[in-house]
Amino acid sequence: MFGLDKKDASLLLIVAVLVAFAPFFLNPFPEGSAMAQFNAGYPDLMQRFVIFGIFAIGFNILFGLTGYLSFGHAAFLGVGSYAAVWMFKLLSMNVIPAIILAVIVAGIFALIIGYVSLRRSGIYFSILTLAFAQMSFALAYSVLTPITGGETGLQLALNDPRILSAATTGGNIPVPALFGFEMRSSTQWAVGDWLFTFNVGYYFAAIIMLCSFYLSIRIFRSPFGMMLRAIKSNQQRLNYTGLNSRPYTLAAFVISGMYAGLAGGLMASMDPLAGAERMFWTASGEVVLMTILGGVGTLIGPVLGAGLIKYMENIISKINSDILHTWFAFLPDGLEDVVVTLIYPFIGKGWHLTLGIVFMLVVIFLPGGLVEGGQRVSRLFGRKKKAHDPKNATTEPAE
Amino acid sequence: MGILEVKDVNKRFGGLQALGNVNLSVAENTCHAIIGPNGAGKSTLLNCLVGKLIPDTGSVMFDGQSVLGRTPFEINQMGISRVFQTPEIFGDLTVMENMLIPCFAKRDGSFALHGIRSVFSETGLREQAEQMLEEVNMLDKRHMHAASMSRGDKRRLEMAMCLVQKPKLLLLDEPTAGMARADTNNTIDLLKEIKEKRNITIAIIEHDMHVVFSLAERITVLAQGTPLVEDTPENIKGHPKVKEAYLGEAA
Amino acid sequence: MDAIILQILNGLDKGSAYALIALGLTLIFGTLGVVNFAHGALFMIGAFCAVTLSRLLSLSHEVAVPGSVDFLGNPQMRDVPYIYEIFGESLGAGIIDWAVPLSILFAIPVMIAIGVIMERGLIKHFYKRPHADQILVTFGLAIVLQEIIKYYYGANPIPTPAPSAFIGSFDFGALIGFEAGQIIYPYWRLVYFAFAAVIIGAVFAFLQFTTFGMVVRAGMADRETVGLLGINIDKRFTIMFGLAAAVAGLAGVMYTPINSPNYHMGMDFLVLSFVVVVVGGMGSLPGAVLAGFLLGILESFASMREVIAIIPGINQVIIYLVAIIILLTRPRGLMGRKGVMED
Repeated sequence: MFGLDKKDASLLLIVAVLVAFAPFFLNPFPEGSAMAQFNAGYPDLMQRFVIFGIFAIGFNILFGLTGYLSFGHAAFLGVGSYAAVWMFKLLSMNVIPAIILAVIVAGIFALIIGYVSLRRSGIYFSILTLAFAQMSFALAYSVLTPITGGETGLQLALNDPRILSAATTGGNIPVPALFGFEMRSSTQWAVGDWLFTFNVGYYFAAIIMLCSFYLSIRIFRSPFGMMLRAIKSNQQRLNYTGLNSRPYTLAAFVISGMYAGLAGGLMASMDPLAGAERMFWTASGEVVLMTILGGVGTLIGPVLGAGLIKYMENIISKINSDILHTWFAFLPDGLEDVVVTLIYPFIGKGWHLTLGIVFMLVVIFLPGGLVEGGQRVSRLFGRKKKAHDPKNATTEPAE
Repeated sequence: MGILEVKDVNKRFGGLQALGNVNLSVAENTCHAIIGPNGAGKSTLLNCLVGKLIPDTGSVMFDGQSVLGRTPFEINQMGISRVFQTPEIFGDLTVMENMLIPCFAKRDGSFALHGIRSVFSETGLREQAEQMLEEVNMLDKRHMHAASMSRGDKRRLEMAMCLVQKPKLLLLDEPTAGMARADTNNTIDLLKEIKEKRNITIAIIEHDMHVVFSLAERITVLAQGTPLVEDTPENIKGHPKVKEAYLGEAA
Repeated sequence: MDAIILQILNGLDKGSAYALIALGLTLIFGTLGVVNFAHGALFMIGAFCAVTLSRLLSLSHEVAVPGSVDFLGNPQMRDVPYIYEIFGESLGAGIIDWAVPLSILFAIPVMIAIGVIMERGLIKHFYKRPHADQILVTFGLAIVLQEIIKYYYGANPIPTPAPSAFIGSFDFGALIGFEAGQIIYPYWRLVYFAFAAVIIGAVFAFLQFTTFGMVVRAGMADRETVGLLGINIDKRFTIMFGLAAAVAGLAGVMYTPINSPNYHMGMDFLVLSFVVVVVGGMGSLPGAVLAGFLLGILESFASMREVIAIIPGINQVIIYLVAIIILLTRPRGLMGRKGVMED
């Protein structure tokens, strides 16, 4: 199917099904129940799942295949966002030109930064990319204010030219749309106590994410992907085999930057504003975390990692001490307090602490991330489980 | 006129004359060994041949073109394949993938974007690779991860990767260094086989006399950065100068 | 001329902090071969040592003020630090006033302990793993450390003043023969610079003149050989890590009056300190110090109004710009040894 072998095709299919029905199983708890606040099936969060999925898939093409650890990838995401918002301001509120420009601008930006940074490898490469990203952040925040909106960020205004769209009526700032379908519009469907939301923006982003995922599978399986893995494995041998590694890494860097630009453009399409903080180095760190947590160098890993981090961020940061007390109410009073006190630092605002610890544990004990974890578990339970485990299908070297 | 011509090469590192007036000619379809005691300048000479070092004076011509200042991939594209002291292979890739990469390099040059067609739709290259693996008796291992193989198999794979490119010159850098006797003999047999089957020029830089005398047709003895003698193995064996510089020192 | 001197002086305090952090980073990289992304967190923890000590010292209890009652007839209460009861009111108040310098004594054992625990508990296991893994795990550790601090101390900066004797500024220009009122410089910044100079001097002297230092320097040059000599190099490297942690911590302690500590100050300094290390040359201690001061001063010059008028925004990017140029033209840095991670 689509030029994929059976394993890859079924992986793509599974991801497609998961994404298509996400509004259902991300909302497992009925409205009004105590657990309803842990539902993740609302548009804003679901959009973030798929958009960060794209970001991480792209990052993985660089880091996962070539082993070059970029610590400044958020710069491309930020640039993409700015480009998209400018398109909304100048051209029209249609998301297609905005996203195309976002990808192109991010690609050019990545070409320039990559050309310079890739002259070094290892830690020097990481620091060069970090330096470039921080520089972009600092410039976007200060001098480039006319282009970036500085501290307040770049926003739409009523009097933007928008040369391709009809004059706005009613005095409202228009919203991004795809040929009349507004990104923010949603349909809700109530089934008994359950309420499911289907959002145009989410499905639009999801389709793009599936295309990006498909493309990344093809890249992984292509001769180009093989060369990139060879670079990670033994660059010296590659050079003595008659191949010039630099254009390969540069191509990987640019592709990966374009993925980030695409994610940035989509982010701006869902909510048309762009700020410099998207380029800050912690944002670059976040995509590193996602990729490692999911499983670097695997196909599905980055998507899993992005989903998990965004989900946990949302859920764990919502838990407060009252909820903990209700959960542990079955314990004797004194013990309940002790347990709650012990857990309290890791929830709510302490979510980053949990993230940091989980991340460290993964790097130390499970360098292959969730995918490796899945493989280990399925190996434990033998072959029977293996057939049901989608993660398993992804990482084994394909033939 | 040999395929590889080294003319009046000098290289100095500070006060040390690493190479002094090296002249060397490797004739086509021969196996030429360069031997010498430690510190004789073998590695320096090798690095000059593969473009890693640029000599202070002199020229290194391969097939009528200068190799000086060229990058490793350019030198490979000119037709020199190199085997390293410790086998350099792509450990994270399968044996088959290891073989396909040199095939791509040979067919498409140092850089090509192949689109997103799967590697395994390249049936022509696969056949080439399989045939080569068959020749070195490794076809049954083609799905293995290269890193998980024994050292001897890695050496075999590395040779196969070089040979599949049909190089004009195969450059071997102490191919048996640190090997057990049995492995050394295997390597010698493999190289003999290669030599018999193909018309290929081989240059070996080697410390081990046993290897050199079982393979080489011509031998150059290097001492203190200068070629001492160049002759056939038979003549080298009894040569008093060589004994003095090499064997004498070894004893 | 006075403007130039003023900018140099202004660059000194930041430059000192960069130099101290970069010194520790380089020590760790040079001896252990580890790229430590958590080093900024050590700087931050040092700063919070000062916060902790000044809080401990001002722990107080309520005491009735004799002879005064409020309108309900209850005795009026007043907070009295416990320390007044131990040392008397005037000495006690003096100790509280000098909390930041006193924290040095408190921070040294704490930081060495943290450093040793870090090395033995975590870093040790990463010597043989790729640099990317080292970056990742120490990055994770940095997040954890900063979140722990945030949990206990909150997200807001905590003002921690210098001793009152050093609050305020003096006319440095008048001292060296310029017109009065041209070069005004805060006392504490001068203290910070002097302090940094002493620490840097002490580290260099330690490495130069002690047997321990000699072994460490030999280890930096060639780890394997020293190992072959039968010297327990690992143990010394652990101590080295503790020392580097202490240097970073002390830099943090003394920096608190200049900038109120907050939980993310470590990360802010880390990114720049890494750039400093790279500019100075990976593994070169003098390079780290030189580059630290150089970049601090350069940053200060770039923030001059006249410079910004010509190249807007240059103050924000000057350090990164320098790093990029250095890395591309002279990858081993200003004073790096040839061949150390040059590719």
